Amino acid sequence: MSARKLLAIAGCAVALGAGASAQTVLINGAGATFPYPIYSKWFSEYNKVHPTVQINYQSIGSGGGIRQVTNQTVFFGATDGPMTNDQLIAAPGKILHFPTVLGAVVPVYNIPGVTAELKFTGPVLVDIFMGKLTKWNDPEIARLNPGVSLPVADITVVHRSDGSGTTYIWVDYLSKVSDAWKAKVGVATAVNWPSGVGGKGNEGVAGLVQQTPGAIGYVELIYALQNKINYGSVQNLAGEFVRASVPSVTAAAAAAAGKMPADFRVSITNADGKGVYPISSFTWLLLYESPKDKAQSKTMVDFVKWALTDGQKFCAELGYAPLPEPVVKLELAALAKIKIS
Amino acid sequence: MAGGAGRTRRSGDLGFRLGTGAFAVVLVLIVCAIGFELTRQSMLSIEKFGLNFWRTQVWDPVAGQFGALPFIWGTLYSSILALALATPIALGIAVFISELCPNLLRQPLVFLTELLAAIPSIVYGLWGIFVLVPFVRSVESAMPQALRSLPIFSGPPLGVGMLAAGLILAVMVIPFTSSVAREVLKSVPGAQREGAYALGATRFEAIRAALFYARTGIIGAVMLGFGRALGETMAVTMVIGNNPRISASLFAPQYTMAAVLANEFTEADTELYLNALIEIGLVLFIITLIVNSLSRLLIWSMARSSSTAAVAAPAEPPTVEEAA
Amino acid sequence: MTSRPTVWRKLLSSLFVGFCGLSVLVALVPLAFILFYVINEGISSLSFDFFTKMPKPVGEPGGGMANAIVGTLVVTGLGSLFAVPIGILSGVYMSEYAGTRFASLVRFAADTLNGVPSIVVGVFIYGIAVLPFKQFSALAGGLALGVMMIPIIARTTEELLLLVPGTMREGALALGATRSRAVFSVVLPAALPGIITGVVLALARIAGETAPLLFTAFSNRFFTTQLTQPIATLTVMVFTYAISPYRDWHRQAWAGALVLVTIVLICSLLARYATRRLESIQSM
Repeated sequence: MSARKLLAIAGCAVALGAGASAQTVLINGAGATFPYPIYSKWFSEYNKVHPTVQINYQSIGSGGGIRQVTNQTVFFGATDGPMTNDQLIAAPGKILHFPTVLGAVVPVYNIPGVTAELKFTGPVLVDIFMGKLTKWNDPEIARLNPGVSLPVADITVVHRSDGSGTTYIWVDYLSKVSDAWKAKVGVATAVNWPSGVGGKGNEGVAGLVQQTPGAIGYVELIYALQNKINYGSVQNLAGEFVRASVPSVTAAAAAAAGKMPADFRVSITNADGKGVYPISSFTWLLLYESPKDKAQSKTMVDFVKWALTDGQKFCAELGYAPLPEPVVKLELAALAKIKIS
Repeated sequence: MAGGAGRTRRSGDLGFRLGTGAFAVVLVLIVCAIGFELTRQSMLSIEKFGLNFWRTQVWDPVAGQFGALPFIWGTLYSSILALALATPIALGIAVFISELCPNLLRQPLVFLTELLAAIPSIVYGLWGIFVLVPFVRSVESAMPQALRSLPIFSGPPLGVGMLAAGLILAVMVIPFTSSVAREVLKSVPGAQREGAYALGATRFEAIRAALFYARTGIIGAVMLGFGRALGETMAVTMVIGNNPRISASLFAPQYTMAAVLANEFTEADTELYLNALIEIGLVLFIITLIVNSLSRLLIWSMARSSSTAAVAAPAEPPTVEEAA
Repeated sequence: MTSRPTVWRKLLSSLFVGFCGLSVLVALVPLAFILFYVINEGISSLSFDFFTKMPKPVGEPGGGMANAIVGTLVVTGLGSLFAVPIGILSGVYMSEYAGTRFASLVRFAADTLNGVPSIVVGVFIYGIAVLPFKQFSALAGGLALGVMMIPIIARTTEELLLLVPGTMREGALALGATRSRAVFSVVLPAALPGIITGVVLALARIAGETAPLLFTAFSNRFFTTQLTQPIATLTVMVFTYAISPYRDWHRQAWAGALVLVTIVLICSLLARYATRRLESIQSM
């Protein structure tokens, strides 16, 4: 085949590629691993309904989502820990938060010989993650779980090695139940862990816990469900031991729905009420109010509208709780602020 | 004298020199640019922490406190461990292939060691997570209680940790050190060995003489392996446990400079955090520069001193690890 | 009559020889293990789907790595477009002007660049090719890989050109050729098979890199040919899948690893074969 023919074919291929891309809208986003299962489902389903829209989302952790959207190397970010005022000021433009689903962070564990569901309280979890409780048969844990025979095994704490909104939700809860934790470690997407092994992403933590006998970690509920890892119940403010589930997470949001701040940044951990799962949280998409690329902006706004309405039906099967109606209404109104032309 | 043709040739030569030289300059510029960019983007951290960056243990993104000592510790510990495990084996292989091996086996063995070098580090990492770590965990669990009390063996048997990282790095380093050592041994003049045998030496003694003659080159080969271990990212980050803590224990999860860069780079959410990470990258750059330069210097001085002696080694096209 | 010291010396020698042989076995054991696991685990997950389908959402079994395979070809191709001219011509300069101080500087720079950890190259390219353009892209990924390939190609070219007998160059120059003519028409073609082998080996090595792509090419769940967009690559995808908790993704990671190792194996074999042919031709 002559060189000229090859060149001609190559030229056609490039033109075809360019032509096809003229209609396809490619949007890049990055951020939280917490909602990754539902987001990947949404982007796939949305692509089925709108084949020219490709939303490429990489789950690199909430810290990464905030960073990359601030750098504008991605069009949108996703985080489970809302941006701080400092972070918002540092961004080149105004960034808006949009809650998408509700999720729960559960304590997962892998204890040889134990298949029962363990009960934890906030203070006990604090002590474990501070490294004060080092053995599974510690009286503090045994006291809460009278029927279970706990082995004399070392506790291995597994946490996130990357900046994570899941971490944010977890330490936010620990800080609310323990002043010592709040003072020593604090609340952020990445903290200086007193002990333990680091895994990358919810995926990494789940993987490490699965592979390490005696491990305890924290992951978003769906990761525990999909991988059939044991997870425990946590005591809420009302004193009940509640297991994470769609109803218990929805209960946590119920109180917040009434007093949602205008920018939607609210923490619902350790919420008061019956049947509330105390380590629940919203997760947010981060969008610029006036992005440069208006075509991408319009596509993204359409997607978010779909996600807040049609998309919510995929929540339950993946273990997320759908947003309360009043919140959806407020968000659809807020979406109008985004410049799409 | 064809002055006209001579002038054409000279200008043709000048064009050639400038043309190829320009591309060579690009190469040099790239290296300078890397050093420059890394320094420029870590200024904030350099100014704020100064030398304390390398003496402080605390890596706390929340409080804005960044101390890189755990990463240096982890990098050095894992690399030195890898070197200790790999060097005897690599030298043994080099000696076997160049001195002791039946001719038929030589090419296949060289090929197999090249293959070890060519396996992508992500594949090492994958194998590390699913095969090596559980194996190490069972070894750690089987350790008798008496030894467990020693600081080097203390801690719960996680599998992930310094031992797994050291083992994987050792396997990755072996082919590099071995192939350079092989080249170095080849350049030892035959007269050395023949003389030793003529004096009634055993194989071991003759080879020992050759090794002694080639010692600078061999040290260079070992340092090359060290440089390789220092910079390895993927395989290490998948098996080391990612915990910025200084510990003497082989069982403890720790952290290396390359691994923390890979894990935390995309999400450093403050300028200071990002600068601190890039400063770690800058130091990694400088350390590997020094180690690699030293190793090349040693190998080169060895080659020079042996080429002034007799018999040159037969030409052999560079293999993949020589190019690495 | 053998004296005590001689017996001891002979024993030591045998032990030493034994140790060397053992070292070879010890080194081959992990190689065998890795190849065994990769082939064993990977082959059951290799299917037509793997090579032709896109990744599926989390939790849905099936899907493939078609976009990642194409992506690896794209970024490696981009890298070589950038690296081959710079590498070969730098190599030519280093061999032609080998005695000069600048050539020594270039050689030092090439060796330094060779030793730069791949993660540092990724950080560098992020700073100059991703951040200013506010875009992760296949181009940035190709640039990062290219930067890593340059020193390998440059040094290989230099060494091979130095191996070409001086008589060929001198003959060309004696016939009145300019230096550039002598090099490009006579010397380079003589070394070309070896240089191509070197380039192929460099490609195989770089195709297996992960770290420099993490913050440059990023990754993409979709198929794309746009060079200014993030692109999926085999190595990054294997990494993402390997550290996940999904058994299906683990199987796909092994399959991806098998593809990577096969590419490397084929390139190494080709290089060996080409080298053997080259040696036999040159000795004629």
